[in-house]
Parts: sequence; structure tokens; C-alpha cells
Amino acid sequence: MNLALAAQINSFLAALVLVTAFGMLVQKRVYGLIHLFAWQGFFLSLNTAIVGYVAGKHHLYISSVLTLSIKVFVLPYILHVLVNRLKIRRDVETVVNIPRTMLIGIALVIFSYHLTSPVRELSTLVTRSTLAVALATVMIGLLMMITRTHAVTQIIGFLALENGLFFAATSATYGMPLVVELGVALDVLIAAFIFGIFFFQIHAAFDSLNVDQMARLKEGE
Amino acid sequence: MSFSPLDLAAISVAVMLLLAPAAAVSGSRTPLMVTICFMLAAIGSLLGAYAGAMAVASGSVGSAVLAVGLPDLPFHMRLDPLSGFFMTVVGLLSFIVSIYSIGYVKAIAKHRPVTRLIAFYALFIAGMFMVILADDALFFLVSWEIMAAASYFLVLFEDERIENRRAAFLYMVVAHVGAIAILLSFGVLAGIATVPAAGLGLAGADPAGFTAFRGYTFDAMRHANVTPGWATAAFLLAFFGFGAKAGIIPLHVWLPEAHPVAPSNVSALMSGVMLKTAIYGILRVTFDLVRVFPWWWGALVLVMGLVSAVIGALFAMMQGDLKRLLAWSSVENVGIILIGTGLAMIYASFNSPVLASLALIAALYHCLNHAMFKGLLFMGAGSVLHATGERDMDRMGGLIHKMRWTAPLFLVGCVSISGLPPFNGFVSEWLTFQAFLLSPAIPNQIIRLLIPMGAALLALTAALAGAAFVKAFGVTFLGHARTPGIGAAHDSSRTMKLAMALAAALCLALGVLPSVVIDWMDSVPQQLTGSSISGSAGAFGWMWLTPVASERASYSGAATFLVILLVTAVVWLLLRVRAGSIRRAAIWDCGFEKLTPRMQYTSASFAMPIRRIFSFAFGVRERVKLVPQAAHRAFPSRIQYAIRISDRFWMWLYRPIVDASFWAARLAGMLQQGRIRSYLIYSFVTIIVLLLFLK
Repeated sequence: MNLALAAQINSFLAALVLVTAFGMLVQKRVYGLIHLFAWQGFFLSLNTAIVGYVAGKHHLYISSVLTLSIKVFVLPYILHVLVNRLKIRRDVETVVNIPRTMLIGIALVIFSYHLTSPVRELSTLVTRSTLAVALATVMIGLLMMITRTHAVTQIIGFLALENGLFFAATSATYGMPLVVELGVALDVLIAAFIFGIFFFQIHAAFDSLNVDQMARLKEGE
Repeated sequence: MSFSPLDLAAISVAVMLLLAPAAAVSGSRTPLMVTICFMLAAIGSLLGAYAGAMAVASGSVGSAVLAVGLPDLPFHMRLDPLSGFFMTVVGLLSFIVSIYSIGYVKAIAKHRPVTRLIAFYALFIAGMFMVILADDALFFLVSWEIMAAASYFLVLFEDERIENRRAAFLYMVVAHVGAIAILLSFGVLAGIATVPAAGLGLAGADPAGFTAFRGYTFDAMRHANVTPGWATAAFLLAFFGFGAKAGIIPLHVWLPEAHPVAPSNVSALMSGVMLKTAIYGILRVTFDLVRVFPWWWGALVLVMGLVSAVIGALFAMMQGDLKRLLAWSSVENVGIILIGTGLAMIYASFNSPVLASLALIAALYHCLNHAMFKGLLFMGAGSVLHATGERDMDRMGGLIHKMRWTAPLFLVGCVSISGLPPFNGFVSEWLTFQAFLLSPAIPNQIIRLLIPMGAALLALTAALAGAAFVKAFGVTFLGHARTPGIGAAHDSSRTMKLAMALAAALCLALGVLPSVVIDWMDSVPQQLTGSSISGSAGAFGWMWLTPVASERASYSGAATFLVILLVTAVVWLLLRVRAGSIRRAAIWDCGFEKLTPRMQYTSASFAMPIRRIFSFAFGVRERVKLVPQAAHRAFPSRIQYAIRISDRFWMWLYRPIVDASFWAARLAGMLQQGRIRSYLIYSFVTIIVLLLFLK
């Protein structure tokens, strides 16, 4: 596979990741969000495998498999189970002002490109052009956490943010050392379990998963 | 097998450190356990005092590196004459107070659990020993915090009272602010002490990195070349930090709150010796670690000492609470010690080591004396508190009839602290005056002019302190009982009396045999200033103390004591002879017929003239309320008088700080919305802004 083709594929997958990120930003239904998250993970894993092939870094294959299994299968499955157990399957979240959120997201993408332009000129990697997308994904994940009030969507936002970080690592330096990636994968998995436990607790305490309810925990005036 | 003084000191620390958990585990519920615990504490303290005394007497220096500490940062221990002297002071008073505690704590144990008291008591003494023995900044600060935390819990012992919790909190805050200043001061010195090792050469620069770091040891600080600017920064920070612990005005606010509310044996230790660890710190940093300093450091210490002494004495005079009076008097005495220290620093900076050692001896002697008589007085106040359940002097009176042992022993303490011969307070104050009077030797015109004023202020302080203790003794012990509850008072238990008698005997011995004591502790100024005064001080044998030269000034404690004894004996004999002709009758009541004990001089009325004269120093709120009779307003049925004397430093200095910190906290609290999304927005905006800046 020649480098030009690889760069093309890489860019295409980056675009898909960004599209799923935007999709998550506007998706109202919980199930839809989980599916989008799984798709994002799938594109990520595919991208990692291709980068690993092009750059000859074979440990990236392991990362790719890890990403595929955890982010495409295990985490969505856990989230599915949670949503079923907590009976929030049909919940439609009122997302405030979708057009404005989209505009902020677009501004963030432009900002990311602006920010990474010096890196693009210095770097020699095939994946250099996708660093901006990675950064944008991180910021959109954070933006999603800010605009959503539901605890489950906040977690999905957090996981999307983590996807962005992983993507950034792949595109900036051809991935982190394997040990680090293994550790991060384990962290994400454990975090998901802890989130799950907390969801049940929060649900029991507040009878809702709306994080704004937690403002009640604040000390009285 | 023979032990060096350092071994003995380490053993005494180990005893105290082991005693704390042992007391906590064993529960110490039974009187027997209380006795055993305090016996062990007494033995440990005495061992420490002995080790310290040995080190001072021999003038030797022993040091050791301990196996404990952080990885690659072991603790260092050192026993030199300076630390030996303070070991002696701490150990001696802890020994006496431990004996006192046997009886005192057993009485407390009847109505509340005392496990906490015993455990923290042992930890407190261990902390003080370790502070003095520490030879690196790390060990010093760890011990300092152990000491502070243990004393915090001791102040909090009777935690159901709101005033105790308030006092303990205030103490903790001031102690921490002080500890931060000390930490920064050592940080400055350690930073400078580390630099030359790294600058030896580029190849050999800090070869082993962190493991070779030795800048935190006092030894490295001693050999560091500190520039005057950094040395001043280190000194000011250290003076602030140690001053907060010593209760120097204006950092004294916690002292009159915390000392009275602690159990009396703890008050005795806090006032008697814990304040001295701060003096030790000041001496250690200035004379031992920095060594070379400009004269204005000494002048600063001197002025702060004078202010503390005068204001402390004035406020002591105004107090109606016996233990509060003693606490304020501690502020005064710390002031006197600092006066001596400041003079020593001034003389040392003008290269007059002999005069510096005289002033230093005066300061150190007053440290030792204050430990003894303030310990004695707090123990006496504890006995009174235990017997009557009262701290307010205006509700006592006539206790001399009920407490036949405590009263004369308390009187000894009062006479000593007032600086009257033949007791010890006189000797150290006299030595301080001698140090003052030698100031014409200084080649600086301004100081020569200013120092006599300091001497006048010291004289004023001594007089005020005398008046305060006339009041303390007179209102508490003399006259008639003001409240009926006082009638049921009884004298304290045997161990308490024994401890007080021991302290009183030491007060007398230190006053009668000053030249022997000075001969013993002469190695301390020898270490710090390179000069001693024993050559002249004891030139005329143990009878006469001649600090400079016999034609200049001399004092014989023993001769004074003998004369006083003689006069007392003659007067007593004369009274005996006349005993038959003395007629006892009711008090003449000026025809009023309805005299009650409440018409005696109260503490407020006794202090009134001085309060009027120095009214500018206090915030006084007086209120007189007339309750008119039904028949006519001109004849009041009752007159109520209330007076509140407040500390202006609180209003002027601390209130603004407290208000400002609350204001800042409220401002910061506005950030806290309680909504997770707001917090996320904070992070988000921060990241964006930072990225923009980085670009």
C-alpha cells in the first residue's frame, strides 16, 4: 500500500470519527448514542490497524484489537445493560439548542486546525493531518459532557473524549507504548464498571440520573 | 556498659514515645494505671533532664544519624550544650509536673475518661524532646508538628465546652501559620546549603542526585555561605514562626485562650516549657545556623521583647481569671527572655562576646527560672481549681485557711515571678539589668541612647508583674471566702503537694546558688558566642555572683537568704513574745454593721488604679447599672458593675484578617455552584484559554 493511499484512508476514517462525534452531539436517544459510540470505536480501531500496517508498528495491531473488543463490544454492551436495568431505554433527553451546540462544535474544529497547524508543518508522519480531528474529538466530547444533563450521556461523552485522546496518540506519534495503552484500556474498563455502580447509587438516591439534581448536595446557603 | 548523654536522651525519648500508645491501649482506667503511666513519664523526663545536664556540664557534642526517616533522608540527632540546656529545662519541669499529674489526673479520672490525656501528655513531652534533639530541618519540623498536635488535643481535652474548642482552634491556626514560616525559613537555609555541593564542578555536580541531598541537615546549614539578604529573610521568617509559638505580641492571641482551658498540668508544661522550645528555635537559627548577623536583628528582638513584656504584664494585671492571669504573665516572661536574647544578639554583632554571653546567660537563666515558677504557679492554680472548681478569683478568697500547703507554695511562686530575692526570678532579672547597664560599651550612638529606655521599661514590667501577683495571691488566698462554695475546699493530694514543694525548692535553690548554676551552664554561651563569663562570675566563690567585676555589681543569694531568714526569725520571735497580749475581735466595720465578704477588695478593684493610668492600652467597657428602689430613685436597691477588658490587637489586627479571609472564601465559594456541568465548563474554558496562550 503506498503512502498516499494510506494517508487518504486515514483522512477518510478521521472524517468518519468526526462525523460520529457530531452525531453524538445531537443524538437525543440513549440507544442511538451507544450505537454511535460503538461506530466511533470501530473507525478508530480500523484506523489504528491501518496506521500500524503502514508504519510497521506491530504493537498497534494489539491496540487495534483491544479497541475493537472494548470500545465496540464490551463498553456498548455494559451501557446497554445499564440502560435496560435502569429502565431509561425510551428516555428522550431534551438537548438545549442543537443548532447552537453544532455551531460551537464547528468553531472547535476550526480552532483545532488552527492550533495544530504548526505541528502539521513540522511532522513527517503519514497521520499528521488527522491530529486536528483528534483534538476536535476531545473537545467535542467535553462539550457533550457540558451540554448534556443525563449521567449516562455524560459518561458516553467522557468515553468519546477518551477516544479522541487515543486517536491523537495514534496520529501524533503512531500510538503510545503498548504498556501505556494496555493500562489505559484497563482504566477505561474499570471506570465503566465504577460508573455503572455509581449510576445505581445515584438513581437510588435522587430517583433520577439528571446530574443537575446533584446540585442539591451543595452546602446550604 | 556506659551511656553517652545522647544515648540517655534517646532512651528518654523512646520511653515517652512508647508510653503514648501503651497508655492508649491499656485504657488507663484504674488509678493504679494512672500512677504507673505518670511514674514512667517522670522517670523518662528525669532521664532526659539528666542527659541534658550532663551534656551542658561536659560541654560535649554528640550526634547520631537515626535509622528512621524518609528514604535517603534520615533523621539526625545532636546533643550539644544548647540543646542540653533546653533538655534540662524541659525534662526537669516535666518530671515535676508528671509527679503532680499522678494526683491531679486521678482526681479527673473520677468523672471522665483520661486515656486521651495520658497518651497525648506523653507524646507532647516526647515531641518537645525531639524538637530540641533534632539536627535537621525535616526531623525538627516533624517533631514540631507532633508537639503542636499533641498539645492541641490536650487543650481540647474538655471538649464539651465551646470556649475550649474555640481556643484549641485558634491555637491550631496560629501554630500552623507559624510552622509554615519556620518551614520556609529552613527552606531558604537548606536551599543555600545545597548549592555549593552542586557547584563544585560540572562533572561532579550532584552525582547521586536526590540521594546525596544533605542540605536539610543543620550541619550543612552551618557551613553554608548565606548572603545577608537571604539570611535576613530566613531570620525574619524564623522569628515570625517561633514568635507565634512563643506568644510574642502581636502573635500572642492564642496564648491567653489556650493555656487557661487546658488541664492544669498541661498548662504548666505549655507555659513553662513549650514556649521555651520557641526560644530554643530562635537561638538555634540565629546563633548556631546563621551565626553572623547585623545589629538590627537584635534590636528587633529586643523591641518585640520589651513590647511583649510590658503589655503582657499590664494584661496580666487586668485578668480576673487566675489561669488567664498566669497565661498573660507568660507573655511577659517570654518578653523578658527575648530582651536578654536581643541584647545578646546586639552585643554579638558588635563583637563583644563577653557581654553577649552575659546577656545570653540572663536569657537562659530566665528560661530555666520561668519554667520552674510558672510550672509551680500553674500547679498551684490547678490545685485551687481542683479544690474549688473555680477559676474566677472574685469568687474565691480565704483559701489560705483551707489549703495550708498550697497557699505558701503558691506564694513562693508569686515572690519568685515578681523578681524578689532570695528567689530565682530576682537573679535572672538582675542579670538582664546588668546586661542593659553595660550598653555604653556599644560603639553605636543610637543604641546607646535607646537601651537605657529599655531598661526603664523592664523595670516597669517587673513592678507591674509584682502588682499582678500581689493581686493573684491576695485575692485568691487572703481575706474571707467570697462565695459559700469555697468553704468546702480542701487541700490537694500528697503527690501534688510534693511536686509543688519540689518546684518551690528549686526556685529557692536557683535563687540562692546562682554562681553554681551559671558555672554549670557556661558551656552554652561558650558554644554560641565563643566566650564564657564563669571566670568573672564565680571569681569570689559560690557565695558571690559577680557577672562583670566585683567593683561593678555583685549579689550573694545565700547571704540575702540568710539575712531574710534572720529578720523573719527575729520578727517571729518578737511576735511570739507578744502573743499573750494580742486580742482577737470582730473586724471594725466603721459603724456600717453589715459587712459581708463580698465587700473585700476584688481583682477588678485592685487593678483599677493601674487600669486608669494605662487605659490607652486596653479596650475597656465599663457598665454601671443602678436598680432603683420602688420608694424613690435616689436610693438604689442594687448596683451592678460589669467590666470587660478586650485585647485591641484582636480588633485591630486579627479581625481585619479574619474578615478578609471570610470575604475571599465567599468570593471563591461563588465558583462552587454544585452543578457538575458548571465545573466542566470551567475546565473546558481553562483548556481553551491555555491552548490559545500556548499557540
